[in-house]
Amino acid sequence: MKLKKFVAGLALAAGTSVISAAALAAETIKVGVLHSLSGTMAISETTLKDTVLMMVDEQNRKGGLLGKKLEAVVVDPASDWPLFAEKARELLTKEKVDVIFGCWTSVSRKSVLPVVEELNGLMFYPVQYEGEESSKNVFYTGASPNQQAIPAVDYLMSDLEVERWVLAGTDYVYPRTTNKILESYLEANGVAKEDILINYTPFGHSDWQSIVSDIKKFGSAGKKTAVVSTINGDANVPFYKELANQGISSEDIPVVAFSVGEEELSGIDTGPLVGHLAAWNYFQGIDSESNEYFVQQWKKFIGDEKRVTNDPMEATYIGFNMWAKAVEKAGSTEVDAVEQAMIGIEFPNLTGGVAKMNKNHHLSKPVFIGEIQDDGQFEVVWETDGVVAGDAWSDFLPGSKDLIADWTAPIKCGNYNTKSEACSGQVQ
Amino acid sequence: MIRVNPALNTVVKNVWSTVGSVLSNLRQPGKGSSMLVGVLLVTTLAMSAANLLLPVDSPLYVSTYTITLMGKYLCFAMLAMAVDIIWGYCGILSLGHGAFFALGGYGMGMYLMRQIGDRGVYGNPDLPDFMVFLNWQELPWYWSGMDQFWFAVLMALAVPGLLAFVFGWLAFRSRVTGVYLSIMTQALTYALMLAFFRNEMGFGGNNGLTDFKDILGFDLQSDATRVGLLLVTTLLLVIAILTSRAIVQSRLGRVIVAVRDAEARSRFLGYRTEHYKVWLFVYSALIAAVAGMLYVPQVGIINPGEFSPLNSIEVVVWVAVGGRGTLYGAIVGALLVNYAKTRFTAIMPDGWLFALGALFVIVTVYLPQGLAGLLQRFSGDKPEQAAGRELDSDASNGVSGREANA
Amino acid sequence: MKKLSVKKLCVKELSLQKLIQCCGLLLALLASVCAQAQPNTAPPAMDATLQQLTKASLRETGALVEHLERVGGKTMRPLFETMLAGDLHYHKETGQLMAVRKNVDGDRLGRDVFSGADFGVQQRRDIKKIRVNNRLRSQLRSALGRMDLFHGSEAEKRAAVEAILDDLSTENMRLLESAADAGVGAAVTDLIDLAEAMVRLRDSSITDERLAAIEVMSERLEAPVRNQLQRLVDNENEQDMVVKAAAAKALDKISGRIEFYGQLEQLFFGLSLGSVLLLAAIGLAITFGVMGVINMAHGEMIMLGAYTTYVIQQLMPEAIGYSLLIAVPAAFLVSGSVGVLIERGVIRHLQGRPLETLLATFGISLILQQAVRSIFSPLNMQVVTPEWMSGSLSINPVFSVTFNRLYILLFAIAVFVTLVMILKKSSLGLNVRAVSQNRDMAKAMGVRTEMVDAMTFGLGSGIAGVAGVALSQLTNVGPNLGQSYIIDSFMVVVFGGVGNLLGTLVGGFSLGVANKFLEPSTGAVLANIIVLVCLILFIQKRPKGLFPQRGRAAQ
Repeated sequence: MKLKKFVAGLALAAGTSVISAAALAAETIKVGVLHSLSGTMAISETTLKDTVLMMVDEQNRKGGLLGKKLEAVVVDPASDWPLFAEKARELLTKEKVDVIFGCWTSVSRKSVLPVVEELNGLMFYPVQYEGEESSKNVFYTGASPNQQAIPAVDYLMSDLEVERWVLAGTDYVYPRTTNKILESYLEANGVAKEDILINYTPFGHSDWQSIVSDIKKFGSAGKKTAVVSTINGDANVPFYKELANQGISSEDIPVVAFSVGEEELSGIDTGPLVGHLAAWNYFQGIDSESNEYFVQQWKKFIGDEKRVTNDPMEATYIGFNMWAKAVEKAGSTEVDAVEQAMIGIEFPNLTGGVAKMNKNHHLSKPVFIGEIQDDGQFEVVWETDGVVAGDAWSDFLPGSKDLIADWTAPIKCGNYNTKSEACSGQVQ
Repeated sequence: MIRVNPALNTVVKNVWSTVGSVLSNLRQPGKGSSMLVGVLLVTTLAMSAANLLLPVDSPLYVSTYTITLMGKYLCFAMLAMAVDIIWGYCGILSLGHGAFFALGGYGMGMYLMRQIGDRGVYGNPDLPDFMVFLNWQELPWYWSGMDQFWFAVLMALAVPGLLAFVFGWLAFRSRVTGVYLSIMTQALTYALMLAFFRNEMGFGGNNGLTDFKDILGFDLQSDATRVGLLLVTTLLLVIAILTSRAIVQSRLGRVIVAVRDAEARSRFLGYRTEHYKVWLFVYSALIAAVAGMLYVPQVGIINPGEFSPLNSIEVVVWVAVGGRGTLYGAIVGALLVNYAKTRFTAIMPDGWLFALGALFVIVTVYLPQGLAGLLQRFSGDKPEQAAGRELDSDASNGVSGREANA
Repeated sequence: MKKLSVKKLCVKELSLQKLIQCCGLLLALLASVCAQAQPNTAPPAMDATLQQLTKASLRETGALVEHLERVGGKTMRPLFETMLAGDLHYHKETGQLMAVRKNVDGDRLGRDVFSGADFGVQQRRDIKKIRVNNRLRSQLRSALGRMDLFHGSEAEKRAAVEAILDDLSTENMRLLESAADAGVGAAVTDLIDLAEAMVRLRDSSITDERLAAIEVMSERLEAPVRNQLQRLVDNENEQDMVVKAAAAKALDKISGRIEFYGQLEQLFFGLSLGSVLLLAAIGLAITFGVMGVINMAHGEMIMLGAYTTYVIQQLMPEAIGYSLLIAVPAAFLVSGSVGVLIERGVIRHLQGRPLETLLATFGISLILQQAVRSIFSPLNMQVVTPEWMSGSLSINPVFSVTFNRLYILLFAIAVFVTLVMILKKSSLGLNVRAVSQNRDMAKAMGVRTEMVDAMTFGLGSGIAGVAGVALSQLTNVGPNLGQSYIIDSFMVVVFGGVGNLLGTLVGGFSLGVANKFLEPSTGAVLANIIVLVCLILFIQKRPKGLFPQRGRAAQ
């Protein structure tokens, strides 16, 4: 059945391309989709590609934008980082797209960044990330560390009275930065150095026996212990399986994860994981009318009752709608106009409340802590009172504590040093 | 979505038509390479001129996208040729040539990183950005001197060259051959990949090196620099082709082919076969390193993914598709497969792997000599190298069914 | 506080009867035996407290549970169990508490928590769940544990006492004493003795008594024992130097034993990793080792086996326990027949060109990956671990062996032995060996070599599929599953010696053990790199691997 869809897709792709080659090209607004559909990241990114396609559909049903239809241009950067840059260039110069929704990993974003800046494109990045960046041409709709990691640690400290910390992560820039931030945050909150254990593993690590056993030993010192996990994607399944098998329950040593959402859980038997935590800006299980509509719409679009929604999807949803609003406000899709129009745009979250795009190109969003349930969903056990504004530059890193991002006049800079009052790296 | 890039199409058509027209000239060895050199020079020059001189709206205008794409392809072509020299002519199947390519790339990347200077987001004049936010206090010793272009280039050649020498010296001296050697080269690049993924190594971990500003004072984002890089790449590729051809046609080349076809016999005739193999291996690694050095400024990023064993296997596939043991076949193969990849990933993002996979299967089953073999068959000639002997040499490269035991 | 002092009075009286008279809590606990005989009902006096549950915040719920346990005691068991399972709901309008469970049709059935009376199907909108978080769950579990002390199984009792070791309050100690009186097995008595020793060491001021306590404690490996001794050694206010020295000595002794078990654990980890490597490589030892096909699609054969497990589980959701037993032959058939197809369709045409099989099978691996992605979606599939494979075999508090790893280790060895038997004893094995040693001669003797080739490749692929069943229990079942094992598999086969099954066995286990023994000092990545570099150097020394082929056939 999937194959049929695929063949139909092929035919459709061939068909649309003929049309696009002809007259239609000028009369549509083109939306580039730059998510890996093959390779290691396809598992996460394919969902986001489908989300964008669904949003485009929805917008077209509402009559498009500025009286024009939207047209999605999908390419496959195949989880190959240099290919991301090449494809971004292709989208911007060959396809002349007006906006790109794309990237998942930090390295793919870093690879695309010089291209969108050079060609003055516009990109929306929908995934939680390590911060330490703000580009004029990129809007970051996922969480930065202060919207995910720090609230989660606060919850563990205050509600679960955790005193000993394991910071376990995959060895790449997001966990490294997040753990650096958390380490200095914990130390600022009076946690001793010997009560913090930091551990890094390679991508796709599958043999967790020794590490879980170390965690178990570390946790048997008589103080309440928790694991803060920035373990990436594929490595999570074997990690949680090992935890469950070695008999570490969420009551003994809870694990709070920043990269485990509903979609990751759909590949795991969640029975033994009940009670472990995750921090996100969105959970599928949150009860609200717009969320229910969104979930139903998604299931219908994808044609699978069992598919779930997750936080990066909501980030894509908010990003897309904000962009549509900004285009209407600016009256054109011209990048500079849309970029300025974006700042200050508000759009309702699926979880209630309103997200706002700040001057640093990051969102203000609420933060939720959820516990894993045995049906693979999360139950919210804690949430922030209001929204939390995303920090482009962490206050807890020595290199960046003086930096801010502000894309409004007169500063107009992604990395403005408040002490030296200079915008480094910018040739002006 | 599917609009064919006219310029690129012309390139491919040019290559095809030219190659087609010289079919009859292929009787003498090395002719294919000469024709290819000509075609390469003419097309890149034409493309460069079209990019720089013609107005953007001209139908003959070649976009900068095409220029960078072409530059990237040519780097891959150079890498493929490096593999072809040792595989096609000496029977050493390296599944780890990506390692030398990436090491060369890292050398250049380090230089470009240092060139950023205080224009990074943190404004630190010495440390690259990734070191600043991971709290590094000073530049590691192996980064020193990399701000000098000549030193960086030297390092980018010396490190992979030395690695190839040490590895080759150990392996060939102890007569590690065939499949064992292939798997060892794979282990080598895999180990390097794991090492470079580590953030403690000081090479930026998974993110690698990126956000380059300029090279030798030229802005990397300007069209002129890109065209310049493309021309330099073409020039170096041409030089590499000519040198390699000179090598394989010399007496040295005859010995190398002899080593491939009957290593034991060559040894008994008094040749120190391992010396020939080591030096050819180092030469090939150096070409791969040069390709890597040229690749990085054109794509703008180098990261440990380049060390991935799958990448190296892909290079071997390009060579096989083009036809090994012909030099020009490797180049044509690399260009074609990469062009196909670019096209397929855009036309059918969900299914391009089917097409690519099928291509590999069909080529290996029906075109054992690759496209070059096909051309030669059309021209009514035998392949450049004696096909019969080559088949036998394959059998001794691998553990053929006959030799194994349960 | 007042209540506590009343209880303190009762402690002095060890007789159960006195306790009943004394203290409401214990009355309730002991009355449970009678209460269980009749249908449970909530005591009316508690209705108000129960009703508060529907309005309380998570923190307040904790206090309420405490209160309920104190007042209701044993009768609260069904309530706590329902809460623990996350089934406790209330009706939004009536406020009626109920246990809600979904039945097979997905309808929500409400029942009274205590009596089990049926409230019928509930609509999702009408009911609301009473939230339970981690902290509450551990509170509930320890409350239930205290109840278990008196009537649970021996294992439950042990778990309950172990939990109490962390919190040796007077109240808990009294519970232990009364539990001991009620009768427990030897293991639990030992634990209770340990708890008493720990209390003596803490509270007593008589040196001899404390030394005796340390003596008892030094024999134990439980974490709270170590922590208490460590605290004592670190405590600067501790005046009794003799006790301090004894504690330090006891701690040394315990550490020594832990060290020993740590090594044992590492060995097991290594063997387990080795068994995974062996499983991944063993099919390749046939297709690559025996046939000489550089089979890059080997990983995808493993992947197909894992997906077969998934499909089997989807087909028989009620019998997950048996699903793996069925999946093993099914995966063998699926991967095996795909293998035969590949051999017939492609590899047969590459006779005598082994290096080119690399390219063709690489293409096939791309196709298979994308096919799986198109059919099953790129997401990981959920393969359930059957009950009998979850959890661990606890040998002592610091050393336990997880069941899934243990079974996979045994399974790997079983697969290996079976394969060796097939090659050594069956007629297929004879033919395989004949063809691989001298194809032409075998053909001349009437062996249908083509047939044998197809069967051999099918066998190797089928074994890879079987490995996939085992790996589905450890890792992700997704399109990339195969890729993550292909390189390791080649390393193992080459290290062991191409064409030698025993080499693959030894190679797999030694790489696994080496990795795991390096890991604690170097970290996972560096351990991997070191092993790879050693492997490269080893091959320079012995270019044909651990067990090279000898004789004429090898040259």
